[in-house]
Amino acid sequence: MQNVIQFKLNNQPMELKVNGNANLLWVIRYLLQLTGTKYGCGTGDCGACTVLVNKEPIKACMAYIEDVEDKEVITIEGLAKGEDLHPMQKAFIEKDAMQCGFCTPGMIVNAIGLLNANPGLSPEELKKGMDQNLCRCGSYGRILAAISEASERMNG
Amino acid sequence: MKTYINETDGPVNKDRRDFLKKLGCGVVVVFSVGTPIYGITRKSVLEDFNAYLRVKEDGRVDLFTGKVEMGQGVCTSLAQVLAEELEVAIDKVDMIMGDTELCPFDAGTWGSMTTPYHDPLIRAAAAEAREVFIKMGAEKLGIPQKRLKVENGVVYDTADRNNNVSYAELTKGKKVIKGVAKPKLKGSSDFRIIGKPVLRLDAMQKVTGKAKYAGDVTLSGMLHARIKRPEAYNAKLVSVDTSAIENINGLETVRDGDLFAVLHESPDVAQQAIVKVKAKWDTPKAKTDDVKVFDYFKDSNPEEEEFESGGNVEEGRSNSTVVLEEEYYDGYKAHASIETHTATAEYKDGKLTMWVSTQTPFGTRRAVAEALGLPQDKVHIRQSFLGGGFGGKIYNQQAIEVAKIATKVTKPVQLIWSRKEEFLYDRFRPAAVVKISSGINTEGKINFWNYNVLFAGDRGAKLFYEVPNYKGVTSSRKDTHPLQTGAWRAPSNSTNTFARESHIDMLANAAKMDPVEFRLKCLKNPRVIKPLKAVADKFGWKPNMTLDSGRGWGVALGEDVNVYVAMMAEVEVDRINGDVKVRRVVCSQDMGQVVNPQGTRLQVEGGITMGLGYALTEHVRFEGGKVKSLNFSDYEIARFSTTPEIETVFIDDMDSQPLGGGEPSIICVGAVVGNAIYNACGARLYQMPFTPERVLAAIQKGGM
Repeated sequence: MQNVIQFKLNNQPMELKVNGNANLLWVIRYLLQLTGTKYGCGTGDCGACTVLVNKEPIKACMAYIEDVEDKEVITIEGLAKGEDLHPMQKAFIEKDAMQCGFCTPGMIVNAIGLLNANPGLSPEELKKGMDQNLCRCGSYGRILAAISEASERMNG
Repeated sequence: MKTYINETDGPVNKDRRDFLKKLGCGVVVVFSVGTPIYGITRKSVLEDFNAYLRVKEDGRVDLFTGKVEMGQGVCTSLAQVLAEELEVAIDKVDMIMGDTELCPFDAGTWGSMTTPYHDPLIRAAAAEAREVFIKMGAEKLGIPQKRLKVENGVVYDTADRNNNVSYAELTKGKKVIKGVAKPKLKGSSDFRIIGKPVLRLDAMQKVTGKAKYAGDVTLSGMLHARIKRPEAYNAKLVSVDTSAIENINGLETVRDGDLFAVLHESPDVAQQAIVKVKAKWDTPKAKTDDVKVFDYFKDSNPEEEEFESGGNVEEGRSNSTVVLEEEYYDGYKAHASIETHTATAEYKDGKLTMWVSTQTPFGTRRAVAEALGLPQDKVHIRQSFLGGGFGGKIYNQQAIEVAKIATKVTKPVQLIWSRKEEFLYDRFRPAAVVKISSGINTEGKINFWNYNVLFAGDRGAKLFYEVPNYKGVTSSRKDTHPLQTGAWRAPSNSTNTFARESHIDMLANAAKMDPVEFRLKCLKNPRVIKPLKAVADKFGWKPNMTLDSGRGWGVALGEDVNVYVAMMAEVEVDRINGDVKVRRVVCSQDMGQVVNPQGTRLQVEGGITMGLGYALTEHVRFEGGKVKSLNFSDYEIARFSTTPEIETVFIDDMDSQPLGGGEPSIICVGAVVGNAIYNACGARLYQMPFTPERVLAAIQKGGM
């Protein structure tokens, strides 16, 4: 049942010997030890596990490792270039756009994915695009402000 | 399972003596009891072993606290008060939180108590440390203490600033120094950091994915546990059939009473295995469900307990010109933190080391030790961030489960509850009925108030309006709730505030008065009046104002943990489909000294946003012990699309005791939205959440 799966993770080529139907979230968290991607519901309803696959946001809890074969996966740990944070991460800090922080990686990754697909999203479109990512602490207003700020910087 | 939420300060363990020995060089300041700040002292805190801070050889400072960071921002505000009194930069502070072997005992992080009761302790400890350094500096520099001042971690001669010595130089090679008796605290006019907006100190860790939560600990050889669960939380395990999993490589099983778990190094394999296990359960007969529960409460012959009274309510009733009698209903609500209950445990040489998502690290240590028959010093709870708590992580079922499992296998074990488990074993905010009868007299003032809350507590139920004849009681009966209940952000207060403020609005209506003016007429307490006036001003309130068609405004007042809250909101009601959209919320709070206006604003916004969930959509469906709302797809919490514009005004008083801001803003949300709906369309809502069906029914009944 073990396959050799090749893909790129945070710009590093990877080759894993795993079952093709291993859950992507668990592979990322436990095999690859990147625990910034979180388990929140296991059904794709909260967005805490969002990662980028070929620049598009997906819910890792709903994917198998074989789904990312030959693709490029980016997790929250892969956004900063060394010490230099991604503009989205910077904006989240500056706008104080988090409380417990558990949903934060998924929020940041999903927002980047949305802007990858369409850099010119309006605030209303951003709200809609983010609506499947849940934050129980209620930081939504600040998260939107952070995304708008980052969006301007990324375009500018 | 026992929990320990009612403890105040318990005795500090003897092994803290070892802790002091274990620490390396640096100056550890021991806080002396009996230094009252804002009139607060902690009687039972033992003087020895209560180290709250250590200034290290590199000049950085460790702040030790038994409190945990679950989003409420105390990792920033506590660092602020320490940096203020110690005279160091805030980025020199390292937070050591909730580690049961490093931190002083703490009963738990709940009840908005960290800021009012813990800040003063940290301030006093830091002030002591500052004075210790002045003393040490005087010796080192050979200058009288009077001539010395401190700034930015440096003790200097006021006659010659170049004549100085840093804390780092003073701490080199030193071990432990006792504190001085009565440290002098800074006055508010000298504050550099308290009262200034400070961004979260944990943000860098949180935006890079480096912040460690209990499930982010990955230990070598760690096994993932999955537990066989019934459909009803109160079912008892009768038998387990494991025949279908016997040939799975590397699978281990653990049975301990009702607990049956499978373990595997792959979470996928563990998950597939647990599904194949067949179990028989003995499920108690269902007592009621989410629809019938209110009648069930009323029919359960509850016992009344009075929490306040004055005058004579019967006389008040007989000489009132208008009497209103109503009942208000609120269903069960889940905590629904995005991080589910999680624990990681390693059992080695007879000792358990654990990372637990808990609001009560010391309570968890005790509960685990008792459940396993271990001495408490054989259980060590280590520091982790919490992915939300809201009262739901006061209880520690997952920690006891993982401890039972980990002590029976030879490898470390991690247990992350599934979202289903999180709902099934939640200790919900209780469903409740509130009965109010009250009346107004010829002057249009409230003449009597008779209040009865069934099956929830009295927090937030005490009347702050001026009423000559009043009586407030709670009614309940043990073991009546069909679901497990517990503390939910400002317990019982949102339910009580919804009932009271809806009723006050109807009294205003009966008196033919604007709801703000009516409230002002019935109030004397300046701590209630100030935020009401501030919120009305910010909102742009005018007496009897009307908004565009379909829109309405509302007002609500509340009190929680001695914080007074005034809130106004604007809503839009769709009369065709019953949808309610909250457009704008303005909140004013009188909460004493605001330590971190930035973080406190965040708490207010968070409380309001979370509150929109209980007001509009959140409702646990169940039948007996079977919880039917088991994921976010059938338990709708607030989302981006729910979020209104939010403005906050603080009634700041830098010289008074700081009060907790994690809970109060949530209490008015149901009431303010309900009152705004009434203003928008004349439909009075008596039951939360205000679902489209209920709004439509209310419109048909009495709407304009």
